[in-house]
Amino acid sequence: MGNHDRVASADGQDQVAVGNAAAPPLDDTPALLRFRSDAPDDGPLSPLADFLADGNAAAVRLDPADDARSLIPHLGRLRLIEVAFPKFRDGRGYSAARMLREAGFTGEIRAAGDVLVDQIGFMRRVGFDSFAPAKPLDLSVVKLTLERYPYVYQKAADGLQPVWALRHG
Amino acid sequence: MYRYDQYDQAIVDARVAEFKEQVGRRLRNEITEDEFKPLRLMNGLYLQLHAYMLRVAVPYGTLSGVQMRMLAHIARKYDRDYGHFTTRQNIQYNWIKLEQFSDLLDDLSKVEMHAFQTSGNCIRNISSDQFAGAAADELADPRPYAELLRQWSTLHPEFSFLPRKFKIAVIASETDRAAIQLHDIGLQLRKDESGALGFRVYVGGGMGRTPIIGQVVREFIPVGQFMSYSEAILRVYNRYGRRDNIYKARIKILVNELGIVEFTRQVEAEWALLEPLGLDAPKAEYDRIIAQFAEPTYDLAAPDTLDLSDPDFAAWVSQNVHAHKQPGYAIATISLKPKAGIPGDASSAQMDVIADLAKKYAQDEIRVTHSQNLVLAHVRKADLYAVWQALDAADLATPNLDLVTDIIVCPGMDYCTLANARSIPIAQKIAAKFENDIEQQRDLGELKIKVSGCINGCGHHHAGHIGILGVDKKGEEAYQLLLGGSGAEDASLAKILGPGFDAEGIVGAVDKLIAFYRSARTNPSERFLDTYRRLGAAPFKEAVYG
Ligand code: HEM
Ligand code: SF4
Repeated sequence: MGNHDRVASADGQDQVAVGNAAAPPLDDTPALLRFRSDAPDDGPLSPLADFLADGNAAAVRLDPADDARSLIPHLGRLRLIEVAFPKFRDGRGYSAARMLREAGFTGEIRAAGDVLVDQIGFMRRVGFDSFAPAKPLDLSVVKLTLERYPYVYQKAADGLQPVWALRHG
Repeated sequence: MYRYDQYDQAIVDARVAEFKEQVGRRLRNEITEDEFKPLRLMNGLYLQLHAYMLRVAVPYGTLSGVQMRMLAHIARKYDRDYGHFTTRQNIQYNWIKLEQFSDLLDDLSKVEMHAFQTSGNCIRNISSDQFAGAAADELADPRPYAELLRQWSTLHPEFSFLPRKFKIAVIASETDRAAIQLHDIGLQLRKDESGALGFRVYVGGGMGRTPIIGQVVREFIPVGQFMSYSEAILRVYNRYGRRDNIYKARIKILVNELGIVEFTRQVEAEWALLEPLGLDAPKAEYDRIIAQFAEPTYDLAAPDTLDLSDPDFAAWVSQNVHAHKQPGYAIATISLKPKAGIPGDASSAQMDVIADLAKKYAQDEIRVTHSQNLVLAHVRKADLYAVWQALDAADLATPNLDLVTDIIVCPGMDYCTLANARSIPIAQKIAAKFENDIEQQRDLGELKIKVSGCINGCGHHHAGHIGILGVDKKGEEAYQLLLGGSGAEDASLAKILGPGFDAEGIVGAVDKLIAFYRSARTNPSERFLDTYRRLGAAPFKEAVYG
């Protein structure tokens, strides 16, 4: 149990957010699963190229081939960066999210598209804090998945200490 | 060897529970086969011709007697009484039933084993030198570094959906027994001018349909930073590796398309950003792991002499036994290439024998080699005869290490859905010509024949002194012949010699090659490969097709 406390304190919103996200998914709109306490950004999303051309939007969408680092000069005025997962097998978005967190971005990073329940543990670790899955997720499985691992082996973007730090802490 | 602590065990237990739950969702049809496939692949479970095939991880090829006994138990209880040791130092079972899979995973986890990341587009089991910790020529034991990589790569959140699989090998000698230049990352431990330990880093080697030898991206990365450096390589690959074509998705293609200079520049730029983030484990963690690979307590009084009066024993010693760094000790390789056998296969009973011998005579440790043999790494010379007798009684003492009958072979058409041709029977037919005459084999010297049943190259045919590749010729099984490959420190890729053959023809062709070599070598210590390199392909071609 002691260890679950550690997970919760590093990332205190998990349990609550999953519990609160239980609005029944509508058939025609993908459910949004959020792990943030601020209000979601409902503004339009600009594709990266448009944003870089006349950068006024507060929300931008990255496709897998887009260079997330091109947003670094603009992070201060962005509230939401949505990372598209057209196919769950395409793992470029994991690097995108983690690089944005490494660059200090604290706004919302949303994984959208072919987002499956078995991926969201990894996605949380690299810095995603909201999910717009094309196919609604079963929230009980989400909860199970996110509570699964008591420890992690490596640093990522979620502030968790890897076991090597716990061993020698 | 490394033992799990509470953290390792808790992560493995959670992983097992997770996969059981995923299997349950698949069985209840809550996820599609397409969605389930990457999940089961990340747990080493393939769907093959006849059944599920399971690949169990043997981290850096080292296992204890207790673990070997469990592998025997698994073969007996869940399979057909045998297992198959692979070129990446793992073990495969060919006849697994999905319904029994949960129990099987539980059994494995009782002995700190699992099947994670033995397939799928993730960082695979880390491989290493089978003589690690015992070799007279090593700088330090490479396995602590492999263990650091094992932990770092396990459930890596950023690198679990790579463009393609990713294989890393670590060695600490000039002699390369792990084919590091044919891995996605090959790490060679070395010292810089100041005597500090670090790695030479090769990237972009691999076999498959586009065989490429790895290139050096860095001559020296200090050991304390090699994890963040690996992270940088993986990130560049994850971002820019090709995803449009599965055959071009390995890192070797990226390295080749960018060129080594540009690729290196990108890795260094990435590393400059990552290194300050404190991704490398602290020295205390290195020390903790290194301590677990501490040298065994040697018997300092162990005699350094051997009684070689039994000629069969003497033949085995001269072929299968290597020098150990500790006087009075030796390294013994157990051949899994017996007469008429299937290369790499071991029965449950044989695994039990080996587990017993490891416990009694070899510090309870066993290694798997990339040429599909096993090793007892720390045997007192005084015990070698007893070890040999027990191995011999179990058909495990064939004195053919690195000789013409020590063939690497993939499962081929007998098991594999991707195969164009059978490979096991070809290896058996070639071996049959030589296996009754060990003197002749020894006279021919080191000769590495490697057979793959299709272009994916699981049987390392590109790295064979003689490589054989199964192809489909208008619906018929056919075989190409390649010469001149090496997976060792003198790495080279084998080249096609000429038109292909049918099953009979390829066996005859190998015969002719060997006869030609025998007549053309300058002296008995010139290996087949050396003769080929000296003379070039033309006279060999003449000998086969002329
Ligand atoms: C029977 C099921 C198997 C299947 C379906 C399979 C599939 C494949 C495929 C598709 C590749 C090519 C990957 C690429 O080039 O990107 C490959 C490569 C490879 N496989 Fe297998 N394999 C099987 C069994 C084995 C076995 C039994 C071994 C060891 C004896 C093995 C060892 C390897 C090795 C060493 C490579 C090449 C290394 C490299 O990728 O550079 N495989 N396999
Ligand atoms: S080389 Fe081809 S036939 Fe042999 S195991 Fe690999 S995929 Fe199957």
